[in-house]
Amino acid sequence: MSSHEYDAIVVGGGHNGLTHAAYLAKAGLRTLVLEKNDAVGGAAITEELMPGFQFTTFSYALSLLRPEIIHELDLVKHGFLPLMMPSSFHPTGDGGYLLFGDDHAQNLQEIRRHSPRDADAYERYHHDLDRVCQAVRPLFDNPPPNVFGKDPEDAVDVKWLLDHLGSVEQKVMHDVVRLLTGSAADWLDDYFEHEAVKGYHASSSVIGSKVGPMSPGSGLVLLFHKMGEHDGHLGSWAFHKGGNGGFTQVLNRAAQAYGAEVQLGSPVAGLITEEGRAVGVALGDGTEFRAPVVVSALDPRRTFLELCDPRELPLDLVDNVRRMKFRGVSAKVNFALDSLPVFPALPDTVDHYGGFLNIGPTIEYVERAFDAAKYGWYSERPYIDAAIQSVVDPDMAPPGKHVMSCFVQYAPYELKGSDWETEREPFGDKAQAVLESHFPGFGDLVLHREVVTPVDIEARTGLTEGNIFAGEFLAPQMYFFRPAPGWSQYATPLDGYYQCGSGTHPGGCVIGSPGRLASQRVLRDLGR
Amino acid sequence: MTVVRTTPFHPRLSELNDQGLYTHWQGTLSPLRYSHAPKHEYFAVRNSVGVFDTSPLYKYVVTGPDAEWLLAGALVRDIRTCRPGQAHYTAWCDDHGHVMHDGVVFRHSSDEFFLTAARPALSWFEELGSGLRVQLEDVTEGFGMLAVQGPRSRAVLSSLMPEADTLGYFEHIPVKVADTAVTLSRTGYTGDLGFELTVPEDRAVEVLDAVLEAGRPHSIRPFGEEALMTLRIEAGLPLIDIEWHDARLAMSDADKVTPKELGFGWMLRGVRDGSRRFVGSEAIRRELVDGTSRWATTGIVVDWADWDRLYRDHDLFPPKSEHPLPYESMILDDDRTEVGYCTSFVYSPVLQRHIGIARVRPDLAAEGTALRLELAVNHHNTTVQISTTKMPFFDPPRKKEERKKA
Repeated sequence: MSSHEYDAIVVGGGHNGLTHAAYLAKAGLRTLVLEKNDAVGGAAITEELMPGFQFTTFSYALSLLRPEIIHELDLVKHGFLPLMMPSSFHPTGDGGYLLFGDDHAQNLQEIRRHSPRDADAYERYHHDLDRVCQAVRPLFDNPPPNVFGKDPEDAVDVKWLLDHLGSVEQKVMHDVVRLLTGSAADWLDDYFEHEAVKGYHASSSVIGSKVGPMSPGSGLVLLFHKMGEHDGHLGSWAFHKGGNGGFTQVLNRAAQAYGAEVQLGSPVAGLITEEGRAVGVALGDGTEFRAPVVVSALDPRRTFLELCDPRELPLDLVDNVRRMKFRGVSAKVNFALDSLPVFPALPDTVDHYGGFLNIGPTIEYVERAFDAAKYGWYSERPYIDAAIQSVVDPDMAPPGKHVMSCFVQYAPYELKGSDWETEREPFGDKAQAVLESHFPGFGDLVLHREVVTPVDIEARTGLTEGNIFAGEFLAPQMYFFRPAPGWSQYATPLDGYYQCGSGTHPGGCVIGSPGRLASQRVLRDLGR
Repeated sequence: MTVVRTTPFHPRLSELNDQGLYTHWQGTLSPLRYSHAPKHEYFAVRNSVGVFDTSPLYKYVVTGPDAEWLLAGALVRDIRTCRPGQAHYTAWCDDHGHVMHDGVVFRHSSDEFFLTAARPALSWFEELGSGLRVQLEDVTEGFGMLAVQGPRSRAVLSSLMPEADTLGYFEHIPVKVADTAVTLSRTGYTGDLGFELTVPEDRAVEVLDAVLEAGRPHSIRPFGEEALMTLRIEAGLPLIDIEWHDARLAMSDADKVTPKELGFGWMLRGVRDGSRRFVGSEAIRRELVDGTSRWATTGIVVDWADWDRLYRDHDLFPPKSEHPLPYESMILDDDRTEVGYCTSFVYSPVLQRHIGIARVRPDLAAEGTALRLELAVNHHNTTVQISTTKMPFFDPPRKKEERKKA
């Protein structure tokens, strides 16, 4: 066997590609990962932009990662270390705040400060949502059955799904449907009266998606983010030691320990096919690598329209992938800070900086931020999900200094009448002005500012239109239909060609599941 | 009615405690947690630096020409191998070779020792020392002890006392901080890189303030007993009245353990061949020679998939709480026969596994033995798959790492 022949080639060394490669290598396949950039990680990287200051350029926290992967790939041995983010801070826009911590009863008291009525609503809300998560989890963690298939095996899968859905309680099933099809605002209205309490809970309903909290479909995004867990706590987030780049380095070590080879700086130009089946890939410089299994960890556009020749694919698939919605609306503005910012109502403590700072006081605030995006412009006062990561992991910045990651929305990929090169710094100024309004004097602390626009996200990670989920979280693009009807089980119409990126079920976020479930498919097809 | 005792650091540490949740540690107020999130305090130790007030330990000064003779005849570890400037974690036994207490002995010179103890032990040592040229003094109230633990503890303390930079594992040295003479030791109860400061009680707050100030750029924070419990279990360190009971106060043989049974076999050099004698050594020698140990102490690790399944089968979320379970669970073999018991149990955030300290039949202690742990799920008794494993569970190289002395 020559050095350019493998059992499997994975295109893309993001977290799903690495996860997938680790599983294949663990099963004994001679596996090669080809990564276009000079470092692995895809959109989960950590970069030292100033000496001693570590920036999570793109993705910035961990929650959705499926716990099975931690154990099956023995990640702790390779340095997996999720640090607790102990608090969650929500300025209410009037100088006040909601501050949530790890003590449930104290959180109830915090809500009672604002609305006595919302305290038991908060308990009911989380209980109902937990029940929904429980009902959805088997769907989330297994490949979608092929409801269009003719195989007896497909019939078995479909029966499994129907039996499971049949076992779900009536109220829970109704809640599932309300979340999957409705708006977060409507869902939250059924529980809470206080605008800030609603605003706090609505924030996860718009992350990475071209929806406002009042748009139908935002419920689905809210539910998706609740499916994550940290040490068994649903919906809670952790910060991996060294950021998500630290996490993908763990995956990189695990994959290589199982025997996978990872080759950097190797952009794949295209798939090589012979008689309708994949037999390898070619790099831009003409180098060829041969393998009977080629797996794309790229998003569906690149998987079906760029890596392979669309003429080799059924027209309906090509058509569906062309019409798939990406439409990135998120940007990052990352800061190096000379010291911690000061929130005037909490001058003498740092405990409110232990987790996310949720800058989007009310549903109306976030919805208005969304309005601009509908018409091709970025928000005048954007929604910001911030985290001062050096508080949780002091190794992210020199002693006493800090790094602050800000996820900023809305920043539509296509601007009407301008472009992102022109608008980069003006947009950064808008985000910084919002921070200044909550943390007076913020600007004086800034040692460095990095603005990462949707165009940057696309150019550096390859995510089409900068969509962080590799395909929007819209009901017609989920489950049986992710990435396209009939092709939700990680195979493609080309024999030997598979998909394992975030554009496949259950997709999006640093979750690892597409990589894991796709490896099960590949290994089953190989009779392993 | 007396007011409960507080430690010399209490005036400052109580200001940093926004929870007001205390327990009584040997009659002394001791925080369970300082913040709403004990797990965050835990991560201070595993990822940056934390401080713990360990002042409630009993402290004795042992001096005189026969001090070494007394301790050599009382302590399980051979104190004669402890040079001045070194410290020993050790234990002492009753005459039947059953463990009474544990503690750390710091040797200051050929004839001067400082001993910490988990339980009062003055009369025990006085009786053993009767007729010897030795003085024993209870200095428990005279000193505060502050543990500074975690990967950044060395950086924090080195900025105050350069000696910290090169101090070796289980060494100690007199240093000056905040114009106060204190003893700095590379000791602790967390299984991580860490130090302890033994401070005259009237200067405790000043020394604490200096440490907190130096630690501020490193996100230093105090941690309470809940965090400590997870840390010490990960480190495989036993705790009196949890892993064992004072043999002199135990009512049944089942409540007594020998050093070998408790996992202290490594302390017993020179016992089997009779070359070393101390209280209980003859009984321990017979145990070693005849192989009569009833138990072996081992780590156990829970099969994660079995744990999750047990709970999910009942529509429950599998708990992964860092708080230890407060009861003793039986360990069973495949025939559901009791073969041991688990004394400490916790979810380890750094290992992402439930772990425990357990005592099993010696023939089952080989690493990787598959056993089952009893627990209640959904109000029914059931068992979960476990396997035995070596301790410490978590043992970073930084814990014992030596730095070259200039």
